[in-house]
Order: sequence, then structure tokens, then C-alpha cells
Amino acid sequence: MKKTIIITIALGLSAITGWLATGCSKTEIVEVAPPGVSFEKLTDALHMVLENDRTVYTQKVVNRLVKEDKVIKASEHWSEDQALPLPAQMFRMGAELTASKDAWFSYSLQSLWPINKSNAAGQTEVEKKGLEFVAANGGAEPFYGQETLGGQNYFTAVYADVAVAPVCVSCHNEHKDSPKTDFKLGDVMGGVVIRIPMDS
Amino acid sequence: MLNFLKGNWYWMLGVTALAGYLGFALQGGAEQVLMPGITTHGHYQIELDCAACHTPNMGVKQESCNECHAEELERVDDSHPVIKFKDPRNAERLAHLDARYCITCHREHQPELTTPMGLTLPADYCYHCHQNIAEERPTHVGLDFDSCATSGCHNFHDNTGLYERFLVEHLDEPDFKPDAYLRVRDYYLTHFGERGEALEQARAEYPHELKVSQDILHDWSATSHAAAGVNCRACHDMPDAETGVMVWVDKPNYESCQKCHDYEVKGFLEGKHGMRLAHGMSPMTPGMARLPMKPESAHFELSCMSCHSSHEFNTTFAAVDACLQCHDDQHSTAYKNSPHFQLFTQAEDGLRTPDEAVSCATCHLPRVEVSKFGETLVRVDHNQNNSLRPNDKMIRAACINCHGLQFSLDALADPQLIRNNFNGQPKVHVESLDMAREEQERTEASRR
Repeated sequence: MKKTIIITIALGLSAITGWLATGCSKTEIVEVAPPGVSFEKLTDALHMVLENDRTVYTQKVVNRLVKEDKVIKASEHWSEDQALPLPAQMFRMGAELTASKDAWFSYSLQSLWPINKSNAAGQTEVEKKGLEFVAANGGAEPFYGQETLGGQNYFTAVYADVAVAPVCVSCHNEHKDSPKTDFKLGDVMGGVVIRIPMDS
Repeated sequence: MLNFLKGNWYWMLGVTALAGYLGFALQGGAEQVLMPGITTHGHYQIELDCAACHTPNMGVKQESCNECHAEELERVDDSHPVIKFKDPRNAERLAHLDARYCITCHREHQPELTTPMGLTLPADYCYHCHQNIAEERPTHVGLDFDSCATSGCHNFHDNTGLYERFLVEHLDEPDFKPDAYLRVRDYYLTHFGERGEALEQARAEYPHELKVSQDILHDWSATSHAAAGVNCRACHDMPDAETGVMVWVDKPNYESCQKCHDYEVKGFLEGKHGMRLAHGMSPMTPGMARLPMKPESAHFELSCMSCHSSHEFNTTFAAVDACLQCHDDQHSTAYKNSPHFQLFTQAEDGLRTPDEAVSCATCHLPRVEVSKFGETLVRVDHNQNNSLRPNDKMIRAACINCHGLQFSLDALADPQLIRNNFNGQPKVHVESLDMAREEQERTEASRR
């Protein structure tokens, strides 16, 4: 009888130990659901990276070397002139490189006062609305909208593109094709448009 | 016997037909018969290498276009790169003209639709995106959209010699520049001059059992190769395909030249003379060409040696007479009556410097500046496609060294002047520079 009781207790303890062990390991491999990110948060994050990189290039590279140290020029024809690409061109090259990698999102620099008119020729109604919105509020907050292009639904965000350095203002005000020539430091000159497809 | 034939005639007929077809296919005839239509001037040389462009299901790979053309498009800063059209905001435009794919505008095997530039769309295609251009450019008011790509105005891809700032910078240039000189090839002087000490005939190194003629030794000893210490084995020793051990090859091919002349061979393989070799096909021969060629040269196989010869490496011969041993069209045959040839002969006679000698190669295999590691050196571009069609691609590489931009644009837009090899004055006036001037004056006036 004693023997039976001991065996029963031993089996019970083993079962409890096994259950605990299994439970512990289960806790370790529980799959954590990926954090849900809203379209707004996603485009905000993308924009922060884009804006910061561009601001650093504009202030620490172009403005410093062109305006302050005067050791090199920045030129629209940068390759031919052996000069620095303009910040807007650096931004566009990055956007084109992203597109060349068949990225599922896209971004571009747009303006209500474009130097290159053909760049603005295809502006969508949502883009125009967004550009007007950020220009009117001085970049205080971004614009979020939705649109359907080529049968695909998109979440489209527009962020103010602000003149962060004197070189932005002087270049736009002096360019022969610029439709606006009275920009000041801190003005909204255009907008960064980020577009995310909403359907899988 | 008769009974056997009667009973098995269908088998015999089938076997005979199959044997005939296989023999035909082995000769490359199958692809020729299955060819859905004549290919363009750009691709006909490699048209029997179907897989170069097609998938097994006979679709067309965009990547195939990129393999041969992407590098050039990037180099010339393509005005309409594919990535520009991947932006969703262009979705509506793509419904009219899907510029993400080369074959939207350049369909092969469509001779009845194909223009000289290889375009298979109606010529007013610019309208789809640029219909409001006159609002931006008053100089363009009233211009037809099928005139955008007129010679000297715009190209879809390469506008390196036509963009507005370039035009403005070259206003009011004389037709003939006073300091008209060709670029001097300095790459090999700079980088290979110290390769080794000059060699004389007695120091030629080749297998002892080989009988080498005095002519060959003499030719070699008089070349820049010998002067730079390049001995026989530098060209004739090639790695064995299986063992990798260097073995003597009697007739080395372009791969040997490539060891030192990589840039030039790359251009050759991309160009009309070498593209068949690049695709693993037999060498191009003038007999295969669509341009008029001399019948006696029909079976001449093209390699580096066709123009540079095996041991003389005479660049003067390569620049004119090598071309004229095959080419027999009006433009080529008119060269020796042209003002350009007069300069060439005067330079040969010592009346002018060598950098004033305008040859066939000056324009079709031009000397171009290549920059690397902060150094800009002059090398010869052996890919004639880079400066051929549209012909204003030639302006920056060749014409503008000696001529004003207006004169160059006018001359290149005058078909009769091209036929007689520029023997006379252009009778065509391209208005691009007038428009650029007007635009410049309008801008200056608005700033005042």
C-alpha cells in the first residue's frame, strides 16, 4: 500500500514538473503579435528619416561648403559642373533609387511653385490639397488623405518642405524658371509626398 | 521492293522531312523561318540569338534591354528613366503610354511601323505628358508634337548636347573654331608608358619551334607595343580553358587585347562590329551588313585585328582605310573628297599636326574623356552607337571640338550634306539656339 502511495506521489510530482516545464517553455515561444502601426505613424516615421537626412545634407554639406566655406559650388548640372547636387536633387535621387528597388511605397518632392513644371504636371488632387494645407499652416501639421490611382487605393501624406538654409532661398529665388522669387528662410517651399498602398 | 515502299512510304516521308528540318535547323535556318518580321537596324546582327531578348515562351524580357542599354542610358543621364514612371501619380499617364517598358515604344519585328530611330509609336507621343509645354515655353507655341524629336531639338533619352543651358553656353560660336584640335589620346602614354623598357627585334620572345617571319618581327618592333616593352607573349599567351595554364595561341582574339585595352574592347563588343561576338555568335562580316559594303570584303570577319592588323597596330590605317576596305555607302565613299579628308592628308604630309587630322574614326569612334579617381584621360570609344543615332549624340564627342554648335546642328540635320560627307555648307537651319536665345532674353527682361 505504502509502495502504491509513493509511486502515485512520484508520478504526480513528475506530471506537475512536466506541466510546469512545458508551461515555461510555452511562455518563452509565445508569438508576439507585430505592433499595429497606423498609416499616419508609418508615414510620419518615413518622413522623419527623409527630412533629417535632407536637412543634414542641406545644412552641413551644401550650405557649409557653398555658402560659408565657399570651397565648392552646388549646381543643377552637378555632374557636368563637378559640383554638389542640390538638396532637392539628392532627395529625388534617393526617391528614384527607392523606386528602382520596386519598393511598395513611394515618395517625392512636390511644390505649388515648381521650378521644373513637368514635375508638377501630374500632381493629383489630393497632393494639391495637401500642398495647399501645409503651405497655409506653415508646416505646423501634415496632411493625410486617401486617393485611388490606377485602380489602387493609397494613403497619401504631405509634409511641409521648409527652407532650412539660406541656400534653399537663394537658389529658388534666383532660378530663371522659378515662379516664386520672394521665399524667406523658414518659408514652406513645397511638400514631401509619401504614398502607401492601402490594399495588400 | 515496291510493296515495301507502298507499305512504308509515310514513314520514309516523315524521316526524310525530319532529317531535312534538322539539317536546316543546324544551319540556323529554323530561327530565320520563324522570324515574325524584319528586325531593326540595331538588333538584326543578333536576331538569330532569340534568347538574348526572349523568354522561352517568346515574351520579351525588360532585363534583356537593360543588359545592353542601361549603362548608356545612365551615362547620358536619360531624360525619361523608367523609374520616373513607377511613381503611382503617373498611373493615368501610363494608361496612354506605359514608359516603364522599352517595348512600349520600341517593338521589334515591326518593319512597317519602325522609324529610323527604332521607334514604333506615332511621332507625336510627347503630347501625352507635355501638352501644356507652350504655356511654359512661349517659343514652342504652334509647334506640332510630331516635331519635338526633329534633329537638333529633343531626344527622348539622350539630350546631353541639346539641353537649354548647353545651347545658351554655345550661342554665337563661329562655324569653324580657331583652336580646332582633336583630343589627344593620353591614357596609354600616362598609364602604360612605364610598362617596360623598349624592345628591339632580337628580344622578341616566342616558342622556339615557331617560325616567325622577318616582316612580323619588323612590324612588331616598330610599334608602340615594342616601345612600351610589350613582348610577343603578352598577347599570344592565353590561359588554357581547362587548366588555366598560360599557353601560346597563334591567333589570339579580342580577349587577348582586353588584358590591356579593356575600355576599347568593351566598346567594340557593344558596338556594331563586335556585338555578335559578345553574344557568342560568329564574327560579324560585311556580307551580313545592311549598309552597302564592298563585295570583295563580304566574308571578312571582324575583330580587333580587322582594323588594327595583327602586328602593325597602325592607328592611322585604322582610322580611315580600315573603314573604307568594307564600307561602300555614299557618305563613306565621299569622304576622300571632303574637307575633313584634306585635313587628314595635310596632317599625314606634315603640314598639320596629328590632332588636326579628321578621320572616319574622329566622328564614329571618337576620342572621349573618361574620368576615374580624380583623373580625366582621353580614350577611344569603339562603340559607334554612342555617337550615331540620333546623330546629334555626336555633337559633344566630336563636332563641337572644331565647329560651333549652330553649324554642327545644322550640318547634322542636312541629309544631303551628310551624304556628300560635309562637302559644303548646311542648307538647313535648326532653330533650337534661336529659341534658347529668346528664352534667355525673356528671362533677363522679366528680371529687370
